[in-house]
Amino acid sequence: MRHLLSTGDLSRDEALLVLDTAAELAQVGDRSVKKLPTLRGRTVVNLFYEDSTRTRTSFELAAKRLSADVINFSAKGSSVSKGESLKDTALTLQAMGADSVVVRHNASGAAHRLAEWVDGAVLNAGDGTHEHPTQALLDVFTMRERLGRLDGLRVAIVGDVLHSRVARSNVLLLHTLGAEVTLVAPPTLVPVSVHTWPCSVSYDLDAVLPKSDVVMLLRVQAERMHDAFFPSAREYSRRYGLDAERFARMQDDAIVMHPGPMVRGMEISAEVADSTRTTVNEQVTNGVSVRMAVLYLLLGGS
Amino acid sequence: MCAQSRAERDSQVFGEGSADPRGSGPRAAATARTVLDGPEIERALTRIAHEILERTKGGDDVTLLGIPSRGVPLAERLARRIEGVEGRTVPRGSLDITMYRDDLRLAPARALGRTDVPPEGVDGRLVVLVDDVLFSGRTVRAALDALNDIGRPRAVQLAILVDRGHRELPVRADYVGKNLPTSLRETVTVQLSEPDGHDAVLLGPAKPRPGEEG
Repeated sequence: MRHLLSTGDLSRDEALLVLDTAAELAQVGDRSVKKLPTLRGRTVVNLFYEDSTRTRTSFELAAKRLSADVINFSAKGSSVSKGESLKDTALTLQAMGADSVVVRHNASGAAHRLAEWVDGAVLNAGDGTHEHPTQALLDVFTMRERLGRLDGLRVAIVGDVLHSRVARSNVLLLHTLGAEVTLVAPPTLVPVSVHTWPCSVSYDLDAVLPKSDVVMLLRVQAERMHDAFFPSAREYSRRYGLDAERFARMQDDAIVMHPGPMVRGMEISAEVADSTRTTVNEQVTNGVSVRMAVLYLLLGGS
Repeated sequence: MCAQSRAERDSQVFGEGSADPRGSGPRAAATARTVLDGPEIERALTRIAHEILERTKGGDDVTLLGIPSRGVPLAERLARRIEGVEGRTVPRGSLDITMYRDDLRLAPARALGRTDVPPEGVDGRLVVLVDDVLFSGRTVRAALDALNDIGRPRAVQLAILVDRGHRELPVRADYVGKNLPTSLRETVTVQLSEPDGHDAVLLGPAKPRPGEEG
């Protein structure tokens, strides 16, 4: 493993190695000295062409906990606004000695292209509507921590699958690890190519809910929508939103996940968002551990 | 393979920068000589347990930390012996040193071992680090760094089952099961019943090093 571009590239053993490493590294967050010397002298560049708080901060914290130097680069206020291309920006950063580039870009496939141009390890932190591998790894890590297993786990991924990179990464990773995934969305928000994905599809949330161990809600990505995909927010919320009444019909030990940012009242009601069976904040905590694990595994060895 | 003992890996990774830890193929157990058998290991551990009690005047504040993988069962055995003599529990745990190694960049990223510090922590305690083989001393150096990030022990001591010499750092053990003079090209393999099914310390034959003439 030289880059982390897609969860589809991870074998079962590699994925489990990331999860096991993250489980050990999670302890570092509980110590008084929250730092390991492992990546001392290495440089990690956060190259972000899209807005992000959670992912960028999480990567920055993970790299710093491993003693790497971190350079944050956001497209706003940089040479990108003067017309510099992704390739030239990346080569500039490489010339400055970056060992690794964490990239978020609004174009699907940007991370793959970048991996061809630079020598260092490329970590995909979200490319368009394609993939977001570390999010899927932290989601799976959270499932394993909460429910103790992954094999045979029934996971429903609900909402705007069409515009979601989280959904695709999760489907591929969960399939590799033996879980059964059902995508639940209005027909207009299901990708055309979904029959090639290793999962099933349903348009009826109420039928899937009682059979699920995990319900993962996705944000409706209004900023990527240039068409009318559903009549109104209220109607979407009524058919696909998780409210207290639907929450009560879930299995007693089933958990609710959300990659954030949440839109309360749309895909999730405030009551459900604040439930102890909702793992949103745990997911953020686990995100740091998982990203430390990935950075260690990609940069720690020869 | 994971089953390969750390002692052997250390001898290859640390010994004069030999780059290929897989060069030897399956362990040459047929020609390896047993230098400590099961009962001898038991007796050495019993003696070390008593030495710890003697040196620490009853061992009130002793915490045993094993270095994975084979230091951990050794720490557990020592703790049980001390408990048998003194009749009170001895805090014990494990301390993984992988993230503190000085040779991380010489090999692909390694899987981490478990770190499991007893709930009372190490602050103000007398920590006895436990490992199977003392060789270059680099593992102990890494363990001291790892310990430093967890807390501030009153003192740190080192218990080792086999000291095979060839130190590369100013490190010595406080408690030694057996001093074993070796050549740099020999391999020392510790087998313990917990991971391996039986107890033994084997001295493997000298073998040609890749990249070295003769």
